[in-house]
Amino acid sequence: MKSETVVAITDLVFSWPRQSAVCLDLPELRLRRGEHAFLHGPSGCGKSTLLSLIGGVLVPGSGSIELLGEVLGRLRSTQRDRLRADHIGFVFQQFNLVPYLPVIDNVLLPCRFSARRRERAQAGGASLRGEAERLLGHLDLARDLWRRPATDLSVGQQQRVAAARALIGHPELLIADEPTSALDAERQEAFLDLLLHEANAAGSTVLFVSHDRRLAHHFPRDLALPLLNRTVAGGVACAI
Amino acid sequence: MRYLIALALRSAWNRRYTLSFTLLSIALATTLLVGVERLRHDVRESFSQSVSGTDLVVGARSSPVQLMLYAVFRIGEASQNMRWTSAQKISRHPAVAWSIPLSLGDSHHGFPVLGTSLDYFTHFRYGDRQHLRLQAGKPFEGVFDAVLGAEVARRLGYRLGQKIVLTHGSGALEGAAHGDKPFFIVGILAPTGTPVDRTVHISLAGMEAVHLDWQGGAPVPGFSIPSELVRKFDLTPRTLTAQLVGLKQRGDVFAMQRAIADDVDEPLMGVLPGVTLDQIWEVVGQGEQALLLVSWLVALVGLGGLVAVILASLDARRRELAILRSVGARPRELLVLLAIEGVSVTVGGILTGLALLAALLFFGTPWIEIHYGIALNGLSLSRDDLVSLAKLLGWILLAGSVASLLPGLRAYRLSLIDGLTPRT
Repeated sequence: MKSETVVAITDLVFSWPRQSAVCLDLPELRLRRGEHAFLHGPSGCGKSTLLSLIGGVLVPGSGSIELLGEVLGRLRSTQRDRLRADHIGFVFQQFNLVPYLPVIDNVLLPCRFSARRRERAQAGGASLRGEAERLLGHLDLARDLWRRPATDLSVGQQQRVAAARALIGHPELLIADEPTSALDAERQEAFLDLLLHEANAAGSTVLFVSHDRRLAHHFPRDLALPLLNRTVAGGVACAI
Repeated sequence: MRYLIALALRSAWNRRYTLSFTLLSIALATTLLVGVERLRHDVRESFSQSVSGTDLVVGARSSPVQLMLYAVFRIGEASQNMRWTSAQKISRHPAVAWSIPLSLGDSHHGFPVLGTSLDYFTHFRYGDRQHLRLQAGKPFEGVFDAVLGAEVARRLGYRLGQKIVLTHGSGALEGAAHGDKPFFIVGILAPTGTPVDRTVHISLAGMEAVHLDWQGGAPVPGFSIPSELVRKFDLTPRTLTAQLVGLKQRGDVFAMQRAIADDVDEPLMGVLPGVTLDQIWEVVGQGEQALLLVSWLVALVGLGGLVAVILASLDARRRELAILRSVGARPRELLVLLAIEGVSVTVGGILTGLALLAALLFFGTPWIEIHYGIALNGLSLSRDDLVSLAKLLGWILLAGSVASLLPGLRAYRLSLIDGLTPRT
């Protein structure tokens, strides 16, 4: 797990079941520890599909994906589930929070399902709750909101709770799939600053996905999926 | 596991309105199924215990079913009577402990009139070997005294001391009333849930008295004997419809049955009530099977509706499961989450249904007994009852769990397809 490469993709080919056209054909993609990368491309070009492959939810038809040195294709689905829960934090555009849980419990969810995330969250001697509160504080969420149901919050506030949840337990990889699409420009900038700052503090590699090129300047590395993807039909076969 | 249970509870509370509907559906299905099953059981028991403690029903040789239908249920007609002397001979038999003469044929507002002796009030038993009990008055003493069954008194609004007029035969003939010889109500029996409730009881002498001036089913023209003078006549009956016999030793029943069949003076038969009641039940019990089938169908439709309701609210569930998966919940854990909910809701539904049924039985049993003459056991359950109840509840639990798990399983399957990005 000490590898400097967090994600290593080699000769990846993926097509959706019952579709003859290839969706993704990536010769190579590597993400290093602590790196912040911006992955962009038009809707339906395979961005979410690539994230599902890196997360081990989907399995490539050929080629390999390594996550922290583990070849995902060689693991059983339960092992991939475990690896994802232990090492990856996710932030999505929507459907982020469990509506019936208070904010603080939403943040603590990954620690309920992953012993490793729980241990790492407590590593600094803090309690789980203390760590969740620290993250919420750093992400600028007012203290009086912490015990409120997630559904009471605005979209921007919900997104910050989702970020805290993705970052708790210092996951090696933070995957953010269009997390700013529902926010206005001003809030987008503020949210990104907070997210990247906390990711840096946690030492997490960030793979940030968006179709909005204006956000690219926050990231040292720019990945245009249409250029990486060798398939001619790319963008059509992935639009499921 | 503890966290999963807590999570399942919070998730369920979040969907409490849908789930309470689910729970109610299961509760109603339980009430209906268990209720019908109890009713079926108790109706059968009430039927088979219309007469208990009687070893033989004796009558003229004909069909045992016909004799039982007439002597016990007052349905149909006796094709032939038996002689009083034969009945006397049987009651004097050393093996016989007691006997009750039954003389049927007349009616009062459609209710059958039974001529019998005082032995009826001491020896006749029904249900779980219970004796008849008077709720008012006393047994008949005089020739024109009548004791009413509970339903007769209730339906016709009769009270003690009132005068009633009997009708010759079933009442189908015009002008066949025994209007010149009215009877006085001296007693009213407590409800039994048996045909006794629908019977007007008079003495054998009374039955003879009203027929003194009748012949061949019609009054003798120009011949009338006033009530005051009937005691001057011999009021011993010449024939009876049937005779209930109790033996000193139950083991003698087959010997006694043979002795009655072998009587050279008159062709008679002795019928074992239990065996014949079972034969009758095989015919009338068909309706009860249909009732059970219908209640299963209703339960099935209820469960179908339940699945439809949950499927309709599946989107929210699908999103929730995808979120839980993205934060590290394994498919197995999601399945446990769904199972906890499915089984808890079903168990909750069953318990609610049983509570509802208990309340219905508690408040409804007296009403059903009064209005329908069915003696329900109510809340008291025998060991056999408990076993069959447990089996039935097992089936409901299985069906309910499957019904509430099916939509959950679909949500779970979708969550696997959705991966980490639910498409809704």
